[in-house]
Amino acid sequence: MRPLTPAKILSICAALAAVLFVEVVVSLQIGAYHMGARDIVVTLYQGALGHWDAMPGEFKSVIFGLRLPRIALGILVGAALSTAGAGFQALLRNPLADPYVLGVSSGAALGTIISLIVTPHAPGAMQGAAFVGAFATVAVVYFLGRRGGQLDSATLLLAGIVAASFLSAVIMFLMTTISGRDLRGMAFWLMGDLQSDPRIDLRWLYFLLIVAIGCIFTTSSDLNLMLTGEQEARHLGVNVNRVKLVVYICASLLTGLAVSVSGAIGYVGLLVPHVMRMLFGTDYRLLIPTSAIGGAIAIVLADTLARTVVAPSELPVGAMTALAGAPVFIYLMRRRMR
Amino acid sequence: MSTVAGNNPLSARATPPGAPDGLRLRVEQASYAYAATERSAPKFTLGPVSLEARERELVAILGPNASGKSTLLKLLAGLLKPLSGRVEVDGEEVSELELRTRAQRVALVAQESELLFPLRVWEYVLQGRYPYGKRLRFESEADCLLAGNALAQVGADELRDRWMDQLSGGEKQRVILARALAQQPSLLLLDEPTQHLDIGGKVELLRRLRKLADEHRYTVVVVTHELNLAAEFSDRIALMHKGKCLRMGTPAEVYERDVLQQVFEAPLEVEIRNSGRPRVMLGGNR
Repeated sequence: MRPLTPAKILSICAALAAVLFVEVVVSLQIGAYHMGARDIVVTLYQGALGHWDAMPGEFKSVIFGLRLPRIALGILVGAALSTAGAGFQALLRNPLADPYVLGVSSGAALGTIISLIVTPHAPGAMQGAAFVGAFATVAVVYFLGRRGGQLDSATLLLAGIVAASFLSAVIMFLMTTISGRDLRGMAFWLMGDLQSDPRIDLRWLYFLLIVAIGCIFTTSSDLNLMLTGEQEARHLGVNVNRVKLVVYICASLLTGLAVSVSGAIGYVGLLVPHVMRMLFGTDYRLLIPTSAIGGAIAIVLADTLARTVVAPSELPVGAMTALAGAPVFIYLMRRRMR
Repeated sequence: MSTVAGNNPLSARATPPGAPDGLRLRVEQASYAYAATERSAPKFTLGPVSLEARERELVAILGPNASGKSTLLKLLAGLLKPLSGRVEVDGEEVSELELRTRAQRVALVAQESELLFPLRVWEYVLQGRYPYGKRLRFESEADCLLAGNALAQVGADELRDRWMDQLSGGEKQRVILARALAQQPSLLLLDEPTQHLDIGGKVELLRRLRKLADEHRYTVVVVTHELNLAAEFSDRIALMHKGKCLRMGTPAEVYERDVLQQVFEAPLEVEIRNSGRPRVMLGGNR
């Protein structure tokens, strides 16, 4: 018996953070303007200390003006979607749950588009609308996914697929009202795109990200018990309704955050928590933080590949995650049906 | 008395000093009704039911399907709040206890435990320590010791590193029981624990529950369909019929031919064995 300790969580997270850092340095090197790894590390260090005058002007503009904002956005989106996926899997008691598969991302995307049409310049409106869209979609899918008063795994997934296709149709309809100039960017965004919008204040988004992940993390020992069944968790003293509400709100918020800035990037919320379970076990106290960092690693990797495999052109990052995620989804589904 | 339980982690908690004569569970005229609204009549009504159970007692709740056994068990577990009457564990109304306090006093072993992701046996049993933990509930060495003791108590020590989904029905039942013991409850409730076991497994489980009550002072309440095993191992029996507790007493007092025939709608015969415990057989008019 080797129970989980805070030291173990910290050491595993530190190792994953180191992997993420190396990946970020590698990713920062890629682009038309070449920079060595040493230059990048020194520039990052100087930036972290606020020594802006000490670094060459082109380093500053390439790293802090161009490449790092995109990577920072990727880290945010990856962490948000993976944690939301892990949360939805416990909340809905379904190992195949993922914001994209359940249609929650489409709900958030619809919210974002409506806010773009109705209030294009209001700060935070996109995020708020995406959250409302995600929140409402989970509620609808949850109720459609019930059979005889019980949540049914297959019915839930079908409800998610139907919701996603219905919401996509509404999105297509709304897109016809948008001028042709914006249409290509919108289509790219829908597939999942990390081109950062300079109007977005990343600090606010990171603040919300950390609060939402933190809230889900505080319920992680409750989620461990809820994986053995809600009724059993109640017997053991878990306040199931409170935990479900916290996870529901926070996972919807995380999905809304991610989709409002990067579109509907699929399968990260499915893929990453499963990989982390295979590596580190099913304990949610470890799964939530490792999924967050693992999600960041996955999206930064996917984005780096999306920028390089067809360079000088680039793919939407959602296409890369779907290429990797869809086969894994099929594999997990078949293993479960056996 | 409390020092005994404090020193022996294998035993149930001590009965509180105020409780008369080791009384652990007291149900007084408790009733419950499902789906009772202003406009619709209740689908099922239970009670009023009264029963008591003391330290070291094993009580069996018997009755045909839909007689109210499981509803009664949920009342005892505090999962349902009685519409009238009281259900007290250690002198306190159980449905009003704070969730974790309740889980420290009452453990309910459900019929089945369906895991979403694979779990090792020791991880599963450690979950029984949840009601005692703080936020995030990192388990201490004492928790591990108690979980280990609980596994040893049900004879499942060698299973600790196995995966839950690779256990046989009997092994799984023992591990589920071990998790309940890790809660260190005073009242142990079991909902049809013998359902998926063969006859050997059924006898072994009841024998184990008897031993837990005798040697470790648990109060055990079992819902079961096994008339003969209940007669053999329990101190008292509550016989349920159409939402009412028809009889409550020792097996010999409750097992009357006419009563059993009426309740189970089957030609049952009862004989009293040399041990003084009754045995139920199928009668001639089949």
